[in-house]
Amino acid sequence: MADIAANDAFTEKIPKRTHPLVQFIRAQPLGFVGFLIVLLYFVLAVGAAWISPYHPEAVDFGAMLSAPSAEHLFGTDQYGRDVFSRLVYGSRTALAVGILSAIFGCTIGALVGATSGYFGGWVDNVIQRIVDIMLSFPIIVLAMVVVAVLGRNMIGGIDANLIVAIALPMVPKMARIARSSTLSIAQMPFIDAARAAGYSHARIVLRHIVPNIVAPYLIMLTAFIAQAILLEASLSFLGLGVTEPTPAWGLMLSGSSADFYQAAPWMILFPGLAITLAVFAFNLLGDSLRDWLDPKMKV
Amino acid sequence: MLGYILRRLLMVIPTLLGVAVAVFFLIRVMPGDPVVVKLRADGANVTEETIQAERKRLGLDQPLIVQFKDYMIGLTRLDLGKSLWTGQSVAGEIALRFPVSLQVAIMATLIAVIIAVPLGTLCAIYRDSWLDNVIRVVAVSGLAIPGFWLGMLIILGLLYFFNWLPKIGYVSIFEDPITNLSALFWPALSVGYRYAAVVTRMMRSALLEVMREDYIRTARAKGVYERLVTRRHGLRNALLPVVTVVGLEFAFLIGGLVVTEQVFNLNGIGKLFVDATARGDFTLIQGLVLLIATVFVIVNLLVDLLYAALDPRIRLT
Repeated sequence: MADIAANDAFTEKIPKRTHPLVQFIRAQPLGFVGFLIVLLYFVLAVGAAWISPYHPEAVDFGAMLSAPSAEHLFGTDQYGRDVFSRLVYGSRTALAVGILSAIFGCTIGALVGATSGYFGGWVDNVIQRIVDIMLSFPIIVLAMVVVAVLGRNMIGGIDANLIVAIALPMVPKMARIARSSTLSIAQMPFIDAARAAGYSHARIVLRHIVPNIVAPYLIMLTAFIAQAILLEASLSFLGLGVTEPTPAWGLMLSGSSADFYQAAPWMILFPGLAITLAVFAFNLLGDSLRDWLDPKMKV
Repeated sequence: MLGYILRRLLMVIPTLLGVAVAVFFLIRVMPGDPVVVKLRADGANVTEETIQAERKRLGLDQPLIVQFKDYMIGLTRLDLGKSLWTGQSVAGEIALRFPVSLQVAIMATLIAVIIAVPLGTLCAIYRDSWLDNVIRVVAVSGLAIPGFWLGMLIILGLLYFFNWLPKIGYVSIFEDPITNLSALFWPALSVGYRYAAVVTRMMRSALLEVMREDYIRTARAKGVYERLVTRRHGLRNALLPVVTVVGLEFAFLIGGLVVTEQVFNLNGIGKLFVDATARGDFTLIQGLVLLIATVFVIVNLLVDLLYAALDPRIRLT
């Protein structure tokens, strides 16, 4: 018996291999909360058709501006449309636009930054000056210029040019970060080895450098999704983004909804909360991913 | 110091030139055609001839290099062209609306700094206390709340609790300071919140970093009062990165203003920009983007000069 007890004591000392997800939860509990909220939004977006009690565009003039109740959880708007259903469908728009534009902007930014850092010299200089100039505009200003020049281009219910407009301001930011990561990787012996093996520049950048900047890429991607959601909401609010009748959070706050401040405050409270919570969750997740993957990195 | 100021001023010229060139090409290099976007908005049926005539009227049929020459010559005379929509001079349209936005921007910056510096300092001094945690949570949520929604909540709150709303229509602060301030305080607060949040976080981490330095330990060892150590040795050094953040975040402030002016019905630069974008009025957009970039460059110049005043080492390099 004594032997078995001793054995137990011994085996306990061997560190168990924990799943990376479990490690993440232990090290970054707040980040995990962010992850759960993000997951909830994904569930809402994917299952919108089953979760929302009404069609998001269904007009019911008999129930205009009704207060939150069992029938209409978050009340209705001036056309009698169910605010909760529109919020649920709105998460589709927010996530689709947010994620697509963040992936688009981050990927181009990472490629530009990696190219700039890898080649150095005049290529680097030219790219960095362009990046400098782009960074001196507020992101919404840059996005609005794109919206004004490109007009609208609807593909599958989503304005492709809106995604370009939101992605463009992210390119220079990602390029900066990718460049600095690339500069340190380009010094590594395996890059020399790849050069010595006679690989093409394209192959070295794509196969040897890009895989090594995945960590900053993921961190920035999460942070950019938050920014993209905020930017899409702002543009839609201004009437320059998603247009009626597509349900979008920013759109729900825009236009005549401001005429109903006193009569129907729920029309303003809930969409704003949806935006805030989504941005908050992605920020939280991004911050803890940064601390977890790359403690030295400062954005 | 004078030499530094002069050198720094000279460096602004190439930056502004670069911005002017960038704005010109930003609008022309993109694949869209503003004339087509403007005339064919909402699927309007416009003949090719009308489009060509409009292009000719605006000088867009000229080769790019000629357009660029006219644009740069115009800039030296502060001539930004005429608005496509109203036909008024762009510089005039902007001058009319600039004071409102400038005042809100200055007030928001003041609000942010007045709130953020003491709060960030408190956080650092009482690190990990409940006070620190409460302030940090409020600050983190400031990064997530859209400024325009905060503005709506403020209006909602004013209506609900006081049944009062600021008067619509702008009155100059020199004519009637009370009406002016009571109207512009709320938009300044709603764009200033995010600003304050960022500065508070920076203030906290900067002061925590500084308080670990050797000279702080030395000061304490000499028996200097803790309050003086914080104020003279800590705060003064911690303010340096905070000043940088104040400058960098100014761009976000302008961005926030663009949206928030809409909420409060302020007839400022932001509203003008939104209208110009919606109408595809690209001469106006060009002028506004130029203005915004110039303001950003000037603010960063001021930040650099302030930096040099705070830290003598900067002037020498």
